[in-house]
Amino acid sequence: MMKLRFASPEMLVDINEIPDLDYHRVDDDGTIRVGAVCRHADLERSSLLDTRQPTMAAAAPLVADPIVRMRGTLVGSVCHADPQGDWASVMTALDASIIAQGPNGRRSIAVRDFVLGPFQNALAFDEIAVEAVVPTPRGMPAGGYLKLERRVGDYATVGVAVAIDRVGSQVGRAGIALTAVGPATIAADAAAQKLTGRPLTADNIGEAAELAAEAAQPKSDHRGSADFKRQMVRVFTSRILTGLLRSEEEAA
Amino acid sequence: MTAVDEIKIGGMGASRRRVEDNRFIRGKGNYVDDIVLPGMLHMEILRSPLAHARIRSIDASKAWAMPGVRLVLTGETMAARNLAWMPTLSYDTQAVLATDKVRFQGQEVACVIADDPYIAKDACEAIVVDYEPLPVIVNPTQSMADGAPLIRDDKENQPNNVIYDWEVGDKEGTDSAFAQADLVSKIDLHYPRSHPSPIECCGSIADFNRATSKLTVYLTTQAPHIIRAAVALVAELPEQMIRIISPDIGGGFGNKVPVYPGYVASILASILLERPVKWIEDRTGNLISTGFARDIYLHGELALRKDGRILGVRMNTTADHGAFFSDAQPSKFKIGLMHSAFSCYDIPNAHLLARGVYTNKAPGGVAYRCSFRVTEAMFFQERMVQAAADDLGMDQAEFRRINFVRDDDFPHRTPWGFLTDSGQYGKCLDVGLEAVGYQDFLMEKEEAAKRGRLLGIGISTMTEPLGAGNSREYDILGIKMFDSAELKIHMTGKALLRTGAKSQGQGHETTWAQIVAHELGIPAEDVLVEEGDTDTAPFGMGTYASRSTPVAGAAVAMVSRKIRSKARKIAAHLLEISEEDVEWELGRFYVRSQPDRGVTIQECAVAAYSNMPDGMEPGLENVAYYDPPNLTWPFACYIVKVEVDPATGVWDVLRMVAVDDCGVRINPMIVEGQIMGGLTEAYAMANMQFITFDAEGNCIGSNFTDYLLPTAWETPGFELHEVVTPCPHHPIGAKGIGECAAVGGPAAFVNAVMDAVKGSGVRNIDMPVLPDRVYEALQTGQDISGAPPVKM
Ligand SMILES: Cc1cc2nc3c(=O)[nH]c(=O)nc-3n(C[C@H](O)[C@H](O)[C@H](O)COP(=O)(O)OP(=O)(O)OC[C@H]3O[C@@H](n4cnc5c(N)ncnc54)[C@H](O)[C@@H]3O)c2cc1C
Repeated sequence: MMKLRFASPEMLVDINEIPDLDYHRVDDDGTIRVGAVCRHADLERSSLLDTRQPTMAAAAPLVADPIVRMRGTLVGSVCHADPQGDWASVMTALDASIIAQGPNGRRSIAVRDFVLGPFQNALAFDEIAVEAVVPTPRGMPAGGYLKLERRVGDYATVGVAVAIDRVGSQVGRAGIALTAVGPATIAADAAAQKLTGRPLTADNIGEAAELAAEAAQPKSDHRGSADFKRQMVRVFTSRILTGLLRSEEEAA
Repeated sequence: MTAVDEIKIGGMGASRRRVEDNRFIRGKGNYVDDIVLPGMLHMEILRSPLAHARIRSIDASKAWAMPGVRLVLTGETMAARNLAWMPTLSYDTQAVLATDKVRFQGQEVACVIADDPYIAKDACEAIVVDYEPLPVIVNPTQSMADGAPLIRDDKENQPNNVIYDWEVGDKEGTDSAFAQADLVSKIDLHYPRSHPSPIECCGSIADFNRATSKLTVYLTTQAPHIIRAAVALVAELPEQMIRIISPDIGGGFGNKVPVYPGYVASILASILLERPVKWIEDRTGNLISTGFARDIYLHGELALRKDGRILGVRMNTTADHGAFFSDAQPSKFKIGLMHSAFSCYDIPNAHLLARGVYTNKAPGGVAYRCSFRVTEAMFFQERMVQAAADDLGMDQAEFRRINFVRDDDFPHRTPWGFLTDSGQYGKCLDVGLEAVGYQDFLMEKEEAAKRGRLLGIGISTMTEPLGAGNSREYDILGIKMFDSAELKIHMTGKALLRTGAKSQGQGHETTWAQIVAHELGIPAEDVLVEEGDTDTAPFGMGTYASRSTPVAGAAVAMVSRKIRSKARKIAAHLLEISEEDVEWELGRFYVRSQPDRGVTIQECAVAAYSNMPDGMEPGLENVAYYDPPNLTWPFACYIVKVEVDPATGVWDVLRMVAVDDCGVRINPMIVEGQIMGGLTEAYAMANMQFITFDAEGNCIGSNFTDYLLPTAWETPGFELHEVVTPCPHHPIGAKGIGECAAVGGPAAFVNAVMDAVKGSGVRNIDMPVLPDRVYEALQTGQDISGAPPVKM
């Protein structure tokens, strides 16, 4: 932003030196907390996420390239509110919140309300984000993240985050969110709705994929036509869910 | 005593570690931007935001008023010194700073010279330019349309936007070949605009010293002597007062051959201010204004006989040169060496029509690890060949084989009149097919198809002309395309070698020493190689077109031989025999009848300074200028296996096999490095790289988020094989290799994807073969040709 002279702030505050913000942890109740200076690479290498939060585990190695992952943060990425940012959709699919702190204390803002538009977030000028909070799962968490990129380290042409919590053979909760196919991260709620309260089947996977594609608002550009991007939403949603269904069947 | 062991002394065939890496991996390289001179000022360029607009006025008063600003240059300042325009290497003119109009987005409009680069950049933004927008042309169709706005209204005798129409070949013969054909295979292709994108952008430090009248310029150039000649012309300074120093260069790929406005402006600024002026281009400046590559359209036709023989070829090309015809290509042919296409095939009739047009886009260039249009020629050739094989329903490998020039048919006159001299084309193809498991793959592919999987295999075979020149056909501004080497053997037998070439990553410091070792038996580590300083290096034409080894490398061998023949006289003197009785083996002269009586080359070196024969000039130094009798013609066969995902259009490379015949390999490790680098770029061109423009002429691809460089992460693995056919006219049998893989590689990748999707009726998807294009083609069964978002 600054290199391209889109932004020329008068003052920059380095939050790297604020103590104890580089953590990510899982509380006893399964709530996941990611501190403001926790790097993408910490999440990529984390042993906590594989089983407890597979959607995050799937997304972490797909953000940018290894060099950027050593420096960039999940919270910073959500604050940046880039419609092409991967974490914002993962957090949206998980119903996560951002904890903001300012002179008047802390408040929690759901990520879906936090991202206001391209490069705009809901923080007040005197607040910073200190933590991202992924709520306690309502069952066994499962999910995935798929991203079409032209090259490793490229921003998404299309990204799809799917997160479900399984209760027995049923889907207890579902979240689907889309990267890079609209002016901001898109919560594909109608698609997620199709899945909740019933078992995963080839039929409702197809319907969810269709609804996710409908929720997308892509634009044609040099990365691909709008139709193509919509199709990728359809394919990715279906591929993630079909993968989950298959592993469920294999486990049974 | 016996001859020294050539591999041990790092001679020919030794995979000697690169000498230059010693400093590079320690971060001790010395690039233009590393150089800091006392009192140095900094220059930044203000560029046009519009692609085509008349300049009504420029108000620089706010910039002048900013503290730390020393000078503002505009077109007016330049025009007052007759420097607003400069000649290009293609006999056109190019604006240095715009006076009348801007003709592409990113064109240089003004320069600010200030105490630091940040002040200069801020001051650029304070300059107010009043533009009157004009209609914009972004492709040849628009450029050639009736009533199209005239881009070059500055030129006399330029009634429209056509730069040239050029023709070569036998039209009548070709027409009759087509009349006899059983089948005519036709295809339309676009080779998209791409960019060489060296990691180091362009830059200069001009340092004019009024007291000595000497101008020293540190410059990111692949061809320092040519630049000195150009500066002498432009700045009207005598040559001995100009010193061009090309220090370490962070990649060139052809981007650093032309003269850029930034160089000229920094030189003028230094002359006016009498202080060193540094200009370092940023990435966007490099991508949007400096020598691009390709951007050319083809309609191609092959006349075919049922049995698979090619009877004739027609090519009709339209090249988009941007706003100024500034191709850095040294041939006397308008479209470079496009007519080197099909040189590996035995085709009796050929005809080429070439047109060049102006558009409101950045000027060329055209090189990106080869060109002079050779890259385009070979890509078009191999796409046409594959389409023809498919049209005939013939196996693509077999189709190539029956049309190859045979091993016993050299020297061979190519369809458009070049003379090739050597090669084993069929053998290279066989090695490749064997390595990749061609027959098995055809079965595997059929099996996979039954399960809905799309596998494909693509081949690209080509011989390309490398190593400009000979001097009959190749010159730059009249200077013939020879090259040079100067060798000084010190008293101790250690040596200093300088050439007129200029390494930008090719490893000259390593390989030149190996040639000296091969010719003289002096260990390579005893030979220091220097290049790039016009005050010390012998006159040469620089490094591009894979010409270093074919031309300067030959000069290194020749100068070594001159040294050897003087040393032989010294040896005869030391051995007290007549010269005819002296025999040579590596590193040593000996008495023919008494092989154990001899002197080493090092002993001859001492004697050259301390005990020379009567009447002989002291010293052991010489220089050679080498004018090659012909181009060199390496051959390559690249084979790629892919799988295409029909649901997403994504394709993955399963295997890539490369067989290169570049003649004798001086340093096999460096050769392999060149091939792998070239294949990586070939993959990128096929897969992800293009610079396109929207209808307003905004450049899409102005940074590395939009214009993609491949990384080790997604680049596939390459399996390398070799065949060696020595070049018959080169002193050490070597042919060029720096560019083969980047030239022949792209078609192999594209052909593989086309092979995978051909069941859908699709015959072409233009590069880059992005997933969305593959998906769309599979959905519609239609070809994708043209450069989106502005399709033509
Ligand atoms: C080459 C490259 C490739 C990339 N590719 C991808 C990709 O594929 N996918 C992807 O998702 N991202 C990608 N990114 C972005 C990257 O992942 C970073 O996470 C993102 O830029 C944020 O970086 P950061 O955490 O250092 O935050 P910064 O760059 O420091 O901040 C970004 C913005 O958020 C604000 N901000 C940051 N932290 C806070 C806070 N705690 N409180 C309040 N405001 C805050 C800053 O003021 C600034 O406006 C890429 C970046 C680069 C350079």
